[in-house]
Amino acid sequence: MNPTLPSHTVRLCHLYPERMNIYADRGNIAVFANRLKWRGMSLEIREFTLGDSVDPSDHDLYYLGGGQDRDQDLVAGDLAHKADALRAGADDGAAQLYVCGGIQLAGHRYQTASGESLAGVGVLDLETVAGSTRLVGDIAISTDLCGPSVEVVGYENHAGRTHLGDVSPFGQVISGHGNNDADKTEGATRDRVIGTYLHGPLLPKNPQIADLLLSWALEHRYGGRVELAPLDDTLEKSAHAVARTRVGLDR
Amino acid sequence: MLAAVAPTVARAVGSLSRRLGRGGGTTLPGVVLLRLDPDAIERSAGRLDAGSVVISATNGKTTTTRLVVDAAKALGYSVTTNRAGSNLERGVAAALLDLGRRRAELPVGSLGVFEVDEAALDAVVSKAHPRVIVLMNLFRDQLDRFGELETLLERWRQMLTNARAQPGPVTVVANADDPNLAELVRSIGNDIDVIWFGCNDATVGLDAVAHASDATTCRRCDHPIRHDPAYLGHLGAWACTNCEAQRPPLDIEIVSASSTATGQTVKVRAGEQHIVVATPLAGLHNAYNIVAAVGAALAVDKRRGPADGTSLSTVATALGRTQPAFGRGERVAIGTRELSILLAKNPTGVNQNIRTVLAAPDPVHILAMLNDRTADGRDVSWVWDVDWEPLIERAQRLTLTGDRAGDLALRMKYASADMSRVVVVDEADAALDDALGKAPDNATVHVLPTYTAMLDLRTILTGRGLVADQWDET
Repeated sequence: MNPTLPSHTVRLCHLYPERMNIYADRGNIAVFANRLKWRGMSLEIREFTLGDSVDPSDHDLYYLGGGQDRDQDLVAGDLAHKADALRAGADDGAAQLYVCGGIQLAGHRYQTASGESLAGVGVLDLETVAGSTRLVGDIAISTDLCGPSVEVVGYENHAGRTHLGDVSPFGQVISGHGNNDADKTEGATRDRVIGTYLHGPLLPKNPQIADLLLSWALEHRYGGRVELAPLDDTLEKSAHAVARTRVGLDR
Repeated sequence: MLAAVAPTVARAVGSLSRRLGRGGGTTLPGVVLLRLDPDAIERSAGRLDAGSVVISATNGKTTTTRLVVDAAKALGYSVTTNRAGSNLERGVAAALLDLGRRRAELPVGSLGVFEVDEAALDAVVSKAHPRVIVLMNLFRDQLDRFGELETLLERWRQMLTNARAQPGPVTVVANADDPNLAELVRSIGNDIDVIWFGCNDATVGLDAVAHASDATTCRRCDHPIRHDPAYLGHLGAWACTNCEAQRPPLDIEIVSASSTATGQTVKVRAGEQHIVVATPLAGLHNAYNIVAAVGAALAVDKRRGPADGTSLSTVATALGRTQPAFGRGERVAIGTRELSILLAKNPTGVNQNIRTVLAAPDPVHILAMLNDRTADGRDVSWVWDVDWEPLIERAQRLTLTGDRAGDLALRMKYASADMSRVVVVDEADAALDDALGKAPDNATVHVLPTYTAMLDLRTILTGRGLVADQWDET
């Protein structure tokens, strides 16, 4: 077990923040930054947009959020030039979080409502096809990524139906639509990569997932196994408890 | 036969609904009317010899409707409006109910002025055949209900295409400062009559376009848009960095708008004329509402064709008398303190409210109320897109309440607020007392409620005898 040190810094590659930010993605970034700061560490945020090139040896954590269809189209074209770097980053053990539109672009292919096929990063073995209706509402899932059957709550709003290939789901749907409204899977995960439809945003009400990603990022940069010091999560747990009631679970 | 009795049945339902205390009875009669008589809007609106004005936007439609009503009355029109803020198709139908009752000829100069929900605009326009369509802004709002901004833009494009094809002239009064909207209106074609309004006071420009901007790229060539400056959200003096797309030349402009927390003086240029509107409506968003209303008044009056032109001084005086709509900058005295209620329903609106609040001398006292009921939007993630940081810096106390107060508390925590100044009080009644109790004598408590939270607050204030029943408002 390696102790974390005040000098420790996580290097974040934030992809297209000015376009892929529709469901309050900046809340997730604020959670990364603050939960490091409260432990005496820091987050170094590097923003990448259209035309920029990404060096996979330079980042411990990657983030891609959701955007409107129009922005997603523009981003998809540009991602083709960054896909190799993102896959190399994942293979190298960097932590990556893809949310909402992000998970769609993390797969091999996203077929839009108009039938157009957008190539994705291919870092997660999945494909997404836009449906004629949107899957909207509060959602709760259960994941085993950070201990047995940890509940994750959020809100989903997506037209895409995602089908997984040779990749594990992020969690099992307790209540809500999930990847495709049919197979009860939600999101996808491999190595230190998570893709999910849950926003709300995801991390403020699910601090265990935030800390999991941060410990992965620190392990990537500094090696060994990292255990983060606990924080006072009273407010986080309280908001989590209220969100549970929105899918009919007890507070 | 059914159509003949429909208004009577619908009105009876409204009266019964009001007596039962269900939603003020403002929309149920409209629902009944449309069910019994689907052509009611078309036929009743057709009796208005001066035609109808419809006003739609993400933010500002209620206040602008009040402004247009007051201006039109001052110009001598006999106005029918849906003032209670019920702005779906059934709300317009309910407002037209009274006309259905009148057998006699309506007076000359009968005009409809209707606030219309952005997602109901296409349906209302196709039935009411308005002569004036006021399009003010589209910001991201209630994504779970409206879907993406692009979806609404596409519906508005279709609406305008249909409106142009309808018999009789149509004037569009449009916000040139909204890049998406301006390009949308221009894409309809050159033969549509447009009055462009916007802002030309660089002193009220923002340092940067807000985070929650929905117009970062050119709709023609996908290159970045530059705002020089941005005024409010993605509204501004915009131009594409690559192609020739840019803000259309303004027909009506805010020459200057300098606001305190309690009002402002707006200098307006309309064509060659200048007017000054001294108004209790604070904030740059209200300056935009005022120039939109000037545009609507000119568009309406152009059809009548007054020999000596529209009296803009009459319009200016009337606009200056318009009081805040309930919950939109409304002020309520409570003992030695005062509440200022600023409806908070989407990131751009709240950002603008915060800017207005911070025009007051510090320190500020805030009561923020976050609900996630249907009319608020079920998805509360939007509170993360609000720039609370400047408010947090100046807030002496932040009292949080509402069904999702815990989400607001998290937002404040992760914005590095001093959490000793932030308190969550579950019950709205107790939260109000907390906010008032912690504020010194003669202080203003600024309330930022979502829509249903505002109704809850209204009920509390009514119960304490501090405000009249909202539905009695005329």
